Amino acid sequence: MTKIAYYPGCTLKNKARALDEEARAAARLLGYEFEEIDEWQCCGGAFTTSRDEIATKLAAARALTWARDHGGRVVTVCSACYNVLKQTNAAFRTDSEFAAKVSRYEKTDPPYRGEAEVVHWFELLRDEIGFDKLRAAVKKPLKGRKIAPYYGCLLLRPSETLAFDSPENPTVMEDFIRALGAEPVRYAMRNECCGGYLTLEDRDAAKKRSAAVLSSAVEMGADCMITACPLCLYNLTKNAAGPLEIRYFTDVLAEALGLKEGGENA
Amino acid sequence: MQKIGVFVCHCGTNIAATVDVKAVVDALAKEPSVVFAADYPYMCSESGQNLIKDAIREHELTGVVICSCSPRMHEVTFRRAAASAGLNPYLVEVANIREQCSWIHKDKAEATEKAIILGRAAIAKALLNAPLIAGESPVTKRALVIGGGIAGIQTALDIAEAGFPVDIVEQKPTIGGKMAQIDKTFPTLDCSACILTPKMVECAQNENIRIFSYSEVESVSGFVGSFTVKIRKKARYVDEVKCTGCGLCTEKCPVKNVPNEFNLGFDNRRAVYIPFAQAIPKIAVIDPDRCNMLKNGKCGLCSRVCEAGAINYKQTDEIVEEHYGAIVAATGYEISDVTRYGEYAYTESKDVITSLEFERLTNAAGPTGGVLLRPSDGKHPHTIVFIQCVGSRCVLEKGKPYCSKICCMYTAKHAMLTREKYPDTEVYVFYIDVRTPGKNFDEFYRRAAEEFGVHYIKGAVGKIVPRADGTLDVQAADLIMDEQLRISADLVVLAAAIEPSKTARKLATMLTASMDTNDFFTEAHPKLRPVESPTAGIFLSGVCQGPKDIPETVSQAGACAAKVIGLLSKNKLTGNPCVAHSDELMCNGCSSCANVCPYGAITYLDKEFRMPDRTTKVRRVASVNPAVCQGCGACTVACPSGAMDLSGFSNSQIMAEVDAICR
Repeated sequence: MTKIAYYPGCTLKNKARALDEEARAAARLLGYEFEEIDEWQCCGGAFTTSRDEIATKLAAARALTWARDHGGRVVTVCSACYNVLKQTNAAFRTDSEFAAKVSRYEKTDPPYRGEAEVVHWFELLRDEIGFDKLRAAVKKPLKGRKIAPYYGCLLLRPSETLAFDSPENPTVMEDFIRALGAEPVRYAMRNECCGGYLTLEDRDAAKKRSAAVLSSAVEMGADCMITACPLCLYNLTKNAAGPLEIRYFTDVLAEALGLKEGGENA
Repeated sequence: MQKIGVFVCHCGTNIAATVDVKAVVDALAKEPSVVFAADYPYMCSESGQNLIKDAIREHELTGVVICSCSPRMHEVTFRRAAASAGLNPYLVEVANIREQCSWIHKDKAEATEKAIILGRAAIAKALLNAPLIAGESPVTKRALVIGGGIAGIQTALDIAEAGFPVDIVEQKPTIGGKMAQIDKTFPTLDCSACILTPKMVECAQNENIRIFSYSEVESVSGFVGSFTVKIRKKARYVDEVKCTGCGLCTEKCPVKNVPNEFNLGFDNRRAVYIPFAQAIPKIAVIDPDRCNMLKNGKCGLCSRVCEAGAINYKQTDEIVEEHYGAIVAATGYEISDVTRYGEYAYTESKDVITSLEFERLTNAAGPTGGVLLRPSDGKHPHTIVFIQCVGSRCVLEKGKPYCSKICCMYTAKHAMLTREKYPDTEVYVFYIDVRTPGKNFDEFYRRAAEEFGVHYIKGAVGKIVPRADGTLDVQAADLIMDEQLRISADLVVLAAAIEPSKTARKLATMLTASMDTNDFFTEAHPKLRPVESPTAGIFLSGVCQGPKDIPETVSQAGACAAKVIGLLSKNKLTGNPCVAHSDELMCNGCSSCANVCPYGAITYLDKEFRMPDRTTKVRRVASVNPAVCQGCGACTVACPSGAMDLSGFSNSQIMAEVDAICR
């Protein structure tokens, strides 16, 4: 059992409780113990970090420092947390003024300089566990399911900093779906924005974005869509309607690994 | 007693606006050994040169220092002037107070001070100059052209026409290059193959031209006038002399599924093939990666059907060594990788194609017989979107910063021809700018837009989405109307950036020819010597030097040939006397110099030396071939014992310059 520092994020403790529980359960099955960071705070979401000040990045900085001192890595499941942690970490590495300011404020000793690595659960699956091992661990293959992977933007961009996958034609979720025994559906809007926080200010605009994503997937024959992002899930379910079932990726993962009772969506 | 004359140039206002020329004259006139100092508005002009000549005669100068532009510009001019006044040309020293001083400084006081210091350093060096006499070397009266596209073909034809033998080395099995794949040429719309193939035939028939097809340059040694080149003739597994080009083998070969390079993979060829009907030389070639006989010894059908007995499965690569006086790089271009632009869905949809692929789809000799059918389902496309500048003028790392120059015109050609042949097809062109400088070019573009009703839209395509019904959803911005567009297209054509051939970088290293950051060969002077490489004896033809269209390529090929002819018509070349030499008494034979020499000019000799006790001892010492040495000076820096020195740039001269600067 490999121990790895884990940053759940607040949505995973509220609305998306299953996302948290299923991610941990699947991790345990595949040999990883997610060790929750002590006293972690909300990452602030991608929205607040767009402002050029350090206060909005302190929560991420604390989590990163903790991870440095507890194994050197931190894993996330939520796209937004991943984005914020990784971008903040990059800022520590490239912006010495920012790093110095945070260290003075936090009094971290030794000062944090971006030593920790931020990884997404997908990256662990792809790069360390390997999809072959995942395929072997699948108890209930999702045969015949046509699953549309929805990347959204937070997993992929800015691509130089996140270096998660190709920003235009990513493949990790497709490979993940194949490993679970289902058929990935290629559709063009898979890496387009769902509307994001726009739903707060201009709900109609957000609705248009979500509808475009959904109709593109439906057109290509999907019967289910998976995402790693609570905000995407919110927009795709609340701001658009369609025949498509929208699920967290951990949900289908847990189902295929036989961690869910009855094997159906809980 | 040395007598130095100092001449300070104003270069109009180029120098005089930033450097107080009079102050420089006054300061340098006070330097020891300086007997004459003067300034002049343009020292390179005839009257400026006369000023130098008169001073040499009148003051019996033993050295001349000219404070002016870079020695790359006018050192030769001033050396000639000195020589005509009876002074050895290598006693002339140039201090660069333009590129390295006036052009890069703003403060006049600082620039003046720096100009004086640079002048002082040049005087210190001039005091140690020794008269040098240039040697002579012979000229091999044969030229090598590397690359058999239209650039190489035209250069070879022009050189051959002047009576000099010339060899073409082409890596593909046939000459012809990209022009052979193009359908029509702008702005006259004549058929590309119809004007190219007669030139290809001429190459084959001209007795001064030899074609090494399916061959590569393996190594290059020597120098201007006498290059030695090893050429690898790759095994074709077909006897070039015996093969009649009948093509029977290419019809009988059972391996039918090899993507045809000439048609960019739109159809298939056999494992034994002739690239296209008008190939020169028209000789079959066996693809060793696909031939069953070569892979596992099972087949041999082509050998059985060949009446000429030309098939030879045992053929191996052959290395031939040839001697040349001049080498022409004509390595051309490739289409850049459009898969780096994931938003255009090139890998996602068969109906997103490059412009060169479009040429094949409209060519009568192409896979569709010239009928425009889309690759996915063979149906006629009713809406076509052309996207320009795919990878060109792109500052991102995946793109090219330069304009590929030909795309605006060929896209106008594609759009116009489509509308002419298929009036029911709507054609959209997305552009950043439409650039059509060239004779009859803008008229051509306007005809496409105005007479043929092509929709030109200034704007960018952000994303292409393949739809379930087989159409492509093109999402774009119209920058003039300031609106978002959605076009449902049947075919999308990407005007991909062109980039230098992948082989060019390796070749440049062999030729010691310089390249820019984009891997285009650098010319000796961007305006005044556009077809020569800075490396003597190396010439440039076609797109390997920079993007250009066919008319421009042909003009440059002719200019390049003229330069080659000029060189080959000389019987002897005057060498550069500023070469390295080794002090044999100090040399310990360590090989440091030979290891750093980029030209292979240093060899070792076992020499007998007389020792103090009247015995003799054999020692290994370095010896420089002055004809091969280019005077780069790398060996003088590498030599641990200080035995290596460079005439005209001796170690003591460099130290004297440094001392003068630090004084």
